[in-house]
Amino acid sequence: MPVTTAYEAKIEHISILDEHGKFDKALGAPGGKPILSDEEVIHLYEQMSICRKLDETAYKLQRSGRMGTYPQNKGQEANAVGSALAMKKGNDWVVPCYRENAAMFMHGLPYHMILLHWMGDERGNQIPEGVNVTPLSVPIGTHMMHATGIAWAFKLRGEKDRAAITYFGDGATSEGDFHGAMNFASTLKVPVVFYCQNNQWAISVPRSQQMASKTVAQKALAYEMPTVRVDGNDIFATYLATKQARERAVAGEGPSFIEGVTYRLADHTTADDAKRYRDPAEVEAWLGRDPLIRTRMYLEMRKVWDDKTQAKLDERAATITSEIVAAADGIDAPTTDQFFDHMFAEIPGDLRRQRDTMRTSSIGQNPEQAGLRAQAERV
Amino acid sequence: MTTLSPIETKIHPALGEWELPTFLPEDQLPSREGDRVIQFREALREAMSEEMRRDKRVMLMGEEVAQYNGAYKISQGMLDEFGPKRVIDTPISENGFAGMAIGAAMYGLRPIVEFMSWSFSLVAADPILNNAPKMLYMSGGQWGCPIVFRGNDGAGGQLGSTHSWCVEGLFANVPGMKMVIPSNPYDAKGLLKTAITDPDPVFFLESERMLGDKAHVPDEEYYIPFGRARLARAGDACTLLSWGRPVHFCMEAAEALAADGIEVDVLDMRTIRPLDIDSVIESVKKTSRVVVVDQSWPFASIASEVITQIVERAFDFLDHQPKRVNTVDVPTPYNKHLEHAYLPNADRIAEAVRSVVNA
Repeated sequence: MPVTTAYEAKIEHISILDEHGKFDKALGAPGGKPILSDEEVIHLYEQMSICRKLDETAYKLQRSGRMGTYPQNKGQEANAVGSALAMKKGNDWVVPCYRENAAMFMHGLPYHMILLHWMGDERGNQIPEGVNVTPLSVPIGTHMMHATGIAWAFKLRGEKDRAAITYFGDGATSEGDFHGAMNFASTLKVPVVFYCQNNQWAISVPRSQQMASKTVAQKALAYEMPTVRVDGNDIFATYLATKQARERAVAGEGPSFIEGVTYRLADHTTADDAKRYRDPAEVEAWLGRDPLIRTRMYLEMRKVWDDKTQAKLDERAATITSEIVAAADGIDAPTTDQFFDHMFAEIPGDLRRQRDTMRTSSIGQNPEQAGLRAQAERV
Repeated sequence: MTTLSPIETKIHPALGEWELPTFLPEDQLPSREGDRVIQFREALREAMSEEMRRDKRVMLMGEEVAQYNGAYKISQGMLDEFGPKRVIDTPISENGFAGMAIGAAMYGLRPIVEFMSWSFSLVAADPILNNAPKMLYMSGGQWGCPIVFRGNDGAGGQLGSTHSWCVEGLFANVPGMKMVIPSNPYDAKGLLKTAITDPDPVFFLESERMLGDKAHVPDEEYYIPFGRARLARAGDACTLLSWGRPVHFCMEAAEALAADGIEVDVLDMRTIRPLDIDSVIESVKKTSRVVVVDQSWPFASIASEVITQIVERAFDFLDHQPKRVNTVDVPTPYNKHLEHAYLPNADRIAEAVRSVVNA
C-alpha cells in the first residue's frame, strides 16, 4: 500500500469585532441581528471597565503595602466576559485560574472577595451559597483536572443541562495536569469547556519558547476535541465560541477547547517587572488592540454610547471600586484561634489542644502547657 | 444503573450533612474470633462493596480496577455489581485521576482512588498533597475532599527501589489528611469502611505482601474508629509499637522474647493521623521502655515523631532512651537477601528490645 493520509486537520480562527472597530456581519449578525444585543454589549463593556478599574486600584493597594501580590487582568477582560456570558450563571460551574476576575464576578462572586483573597485572607475564597465558582487556583494546572472531575460528576449525577468551564494560560498547557485533564475529559466525554487565555507570556517566557506548536488550539487535536482559535480581545468571538462549546457539552458531545488570543498588558504579578524582558514596541502594538477600546467603538457606532455615558460609567466604576476596597478593608483580621477552623470537618484532639494552648502561649505544641506531661511519682 | 439525585444544597463537608451509619465504640465491635476466614484483599473488597451499596455517591477509580478486576484482584467482581459508571478504569495518569477525583468530590461524589502502588502516587503529589488536604482550609470551609486514596505501600518483595516506596513518613508530614495503615483483614475492613464515610481525605496504605493473609472477618458491617490503637499482646518489660505489616514482625519478636521470659506490650497503631499517643503513653508509664518499629526511612520518620511525643509527655517514666527500628537509610535494595536485611524484621526488633530491657 502506498502512503496515505492518516489524519488531517485545520484550526479555524474567529474574529468578529476587530481592533479598528470593524464588525463582521456574516458571523456577528447572521440574519441581520447581532449575536449580542446592545444591552448585552453595554453590560459586558461595563463589567470590563469595572474590572479594569479594580485592577488599577489593586495595583495601587499592593504598591502601598496593603496587599501581598496581585496579578493584573489588564487587556484580557474580553476573554473573561464573553465566555462568562455564554455560560449559564448559577447553573454551570466556573473553575478559574487567577486572571479572569470578570468571569467570576459575572457568575456572582462578590467583588470584594477577590481583594480579600489577594490581601492574604482565606475567607476571600469562602464562595457564597449559590455562586458556582471554585476558589482561585494558583498552582499552575491542578484546577483543570478538578474541572474535569466536576463535569464528570454532572454526568454521573445525570444533571444534563450543566457544564463547567475552566480557564488557564498558555504556559499551563506545558503542564502534565493539562494533558491529564484533556485526556480524561475526552475519553470520559464530559461536559467541560477548556478555555486557554493565550496572553503570550508565562511570566518571562514567551509562547515561542513555551511550545513549538504554532497554535495552542492544535494541542486539543490530539484529544479529538473540537478546537478553535479566537481573537481573545473580541467579546463577540469569545462569546460565540464558548456558546457553541457549551451547546456541544450539554448535548452530550463532550469537551471543547478554545484558545483566546490576547496579551498580558501588565506585569505577570506585582512581583514582576516585564520591562526587563519585553520589547516596548510589542506592548505598544497590543495597547491598540485593547478590548475596551474596540467595544466602545462598536457601541458608539451603534449610537448607544457617548462621552456622557462614558463619564457616568467612569464615575460608577470609581464608586464601586472604593466600596469594594472599603468592604475588603472592613473585615477584621483573623485570630490565631481561627488557624484550625477548617482543617477537618471536625477538629481532632491534637489540633484542639494546639488551639487551646495557643490562647495563652505562642508555642502551642507544648504538652506541659496542655497539662499532658506525665510526672513520675517515684524518685 | 441508578442515577444520582441532584444536590439540593452546596457541597459542604460538615458532619451531620452526610447520612452516616452507626458507629459503635471499640468494645462493642463484633468479635475478632470466628471461622469466617477470608483474605485481606477480600476484606477490602467487602468494605468497598458494602459502602457502595449503602451510598451511591461512592465509586472506585484507578488503573485496571474494572475490566481486569484490579491488578491485585481487590476489586474482583465489582464492575459486574456496580457497573462502569461507578467502577472506572482510568488512563495511566495518577496525576489525572487523583485531580479529577478532587473535582468529583467537590461536586458531591465520594471517590475511592486506587493507586496500584503508593510508589506511583509520587507523580500525583500536587493533587494529593497540595489540593486534597488543603481544599477545605483554603476555601474557608466551603469544599472538603471526602476521598479515600488507597493502594500498596512498602516493599512488595524484590520490586526494586522505585516501586517499593513507603510513603507514610513523607506524606504524614502534611496537615489536613488522615492516614490509615491496617495490619490484618479484620482491621482492614472496619477501617476502610470508616475511611469511606469520613468527610476528610484519607490515605489508606495497604501492603502487597499481606493481601493474601487470611483471618476471621465478620460478615456484618462494622466501623473501627480512627485514632484508637489495638493492644495486640500484653507484657510489662517494654512497649513495642508499630503499624501495618511490621506489626507481624513485632509479634514474632515478642514470641521469641517470651521464650526468654521477656513479656512486652505490642501496640498496633492502626492510624497514623490521628495518632493514639495516649495509649502509647499509658503503656510506657507501665513499662518504662519503648521500641518503635517503622518500615520507612529513619530520618524524620513517623518513629521519630512518636518518640518525640513520648519524650515530651513521659520523660520522667523512661528508664532507657527510646529506640527505633527503621529500614536502613538507603533506597530499597533489589537483592532478596539485602531487602530482607533492610526491612525491620523479627531478629532486628528482638535485638532492639533486649538492648533496652537488659540495660
